[in-house]
Amino acid sequence: MKEREQEFLEYVQSGGQVETTDWMPDDYRAKLVKFIEMHGNSELMGVLPEREWILRAPTLQRKLALTAKVQDEVGHSQLIYRVVSDLGKPREQCLDDLISGKSKFHNVFHYPTKTWGDVGVIAWLVDAAAIISQKALLKCSYAPYARIMKKICWEESFHILHGRDVILTMMNGTDAQRELVQEALNRWWGPLMQFHGNPIPPGDDPMYTWRIKSQGNGEARQQFLDGYVPQIWELGLTVPDPKLSKNDDGVWEFTEPDWDELMHVVTGHGPKTEERLGLRRTTRDETEWVRRVVLPEAA
Amino acid sequence: MSARAELLLPIADDELILGWRNSEWTGIAPFLEEDVAFSSIAQNEVGHARALYQLVAEELGTTADELAFDRRPEEYRCSSFVELRLVPDWAKTIARHCLYEDADERRIKELIESDDPEVAGLAAKIDREEAYHRMHAQMWFERLQDVPQFQEALEELRPMVVERGEHLPEFEQLWEEMTEVRRSVAGATW
Amino acid sequence: MIYEVFRQERKGQAFAHAGSVEAPNEEFAEWYAREEFGRRGESVALWVVPREAVHEIDEFVDELGRNYHRVDGYPLKEKLKEARERASRAAAADR
Repeated sequence: MKEREQEFLEYVQSGGQVETTDWMPDDYRAKLVKFIEMHGNSELMGVLPEREWILRAPTLQRKLALTAKVQDEVGHSQLIYRVVSDLGKPREQCLDDLISGKSKFHNVFHYPTKTWGDVGVIAWLVDAAAIISQKALLKCSYAPYARIMKKICWEESFHILHGRDVILTMMNGTDAQRELVQEALNRWWGPLMQFHGNPIPPGDDPMYTWRIKSQGNGEARQQFLDGYVPQIWELGLTVPDPKLSKNDDGVWEFTEPDWDELMHVVTGHGPKTEERLGLRRTTRDETEWVRRVVLPEAA
Repeated sequence: MSARAELLLPIADDELILGWRNSEWTGIAPFLEEDVAFSSIAQNEVGHARALYQLVAEELGTTADELAFDRRPEEYRCSSFVELRLVPDWAKTIARHCLYEDADERRIKELIESDDPEVAGLAAKIDREEAYHRMHAQMWFERLQDVPQFQEALEELRPMVVERGEHLPEFEQLWEEMTEVRRSVAGATW
Repeated sequence: MIYEVFRQERKGQAFAHAGSVEAPNEEFAEWYAREEFGRRGESVALWVVPREAVHEIDEFVDELGRNYHRVDGYPLKEKLKEARERASRAAAADR
């Protein structure tokens, strides 16, 4: 590694912060763009499973809360793509690559949402898994990204409470409602366990080396289980993994997630991938004229 | 039904259904900044509906949610204008936005003059929020006024503003989706 | 066009850079800034500025190490120690 790169590496590894106009190694910039772009893609794709339920929300309060939650996610993607744009990849190019399947988004947004139970489980647990990663990103070496993570984390805090409220209300309701929650949890547990990615040792993870991520995948998963399995169990819900338990060293043991499934899904073969990208494609085509009239430089 | 309910229910229904239609753009609006902005407008509309339902619900001995969701389709008083499904046509969406805000302004200003202090008070609050919607509509109008698609959309939708009576065929489907979860477990708390 | 947005969280606090929005003109930029950085009541005020109007300066010249107008130009520990010792010797001599 060249001397300047070595210096840069030492700089970020000792907590140094990087701004948009600073010199950075090509590899750092490339990894950064890919990572942040995937995050932007995920926020935008995460909107699609949830927006169907805005229209079906069973009370005005829930309708408003869910609309606001989804609005936040669109807002997050706006903030995130601005960061990517300033790193040299314009937003429209990111959207092109998302729609063509060239770039990726998180596994959880490739799955269907089938009931109101899913709405609760997603807001409570999927958002919880996400916020663990996002809190770790507050220490990202690339400062513009770390800064927007502050706003993102702040907004996510209501999402989790909203999710918990939806779940608790159903758990205190009828047998049919409790059944909705358990059934949704059974379906979402697999994707949730895969969410933080396969356990690469932090030393082998270039994202960690460059201090773009400050937390290993395994560590994030442990944090998730530590925080949320007790919350799940105390409601009388079961987790569909007979091996799930905390050992004497405080480490959670579980059935090894299917990493092949994860790879298969994030490379564009999830149950809902094609349909959702298709929706993005058609609405984007239909509104192309608006961008040309209003944002000519971006179009 | 009281005079107040007769007066406010059509407005509440309009705001609920328009808010519903505008929410259909969430996540798929022409660009991200507008997506966020338009979502706030949709939320405000549902918020206005909620406040209006609450006023009516008090005197009818029911709740805002029951009024919003538990009536049969034929019992809703919304105009067919707000029932139109316009996604993914942004020209028609903005045309409706402009025409609706214009007509709604007149309606709200009348309510502000009401002898009923609760109605007048709520109308004043709604009007202060609607002022921002009107600004937004005006902003888009200025931007799109020379675009043929938009001019055509305005001409096509303008006559529909005052129509009220028969629901459009798409309203039945809207009602089905809107009440699906609520009806799935009757009487449940969500 | 890109507009930079600065936000003030509470009255009396400094305006801090919050992020940026893309908009065709100032009017749209104000709408989008208000939405993106104020819809949850998290700001009491915003400044919205076209990106070109913001000029960054990140180089400052101080070749000759001018510490005479900074606190670090005044290490007083040694002088103070000497002065205190001299004063206590003088006081002891008087007795």
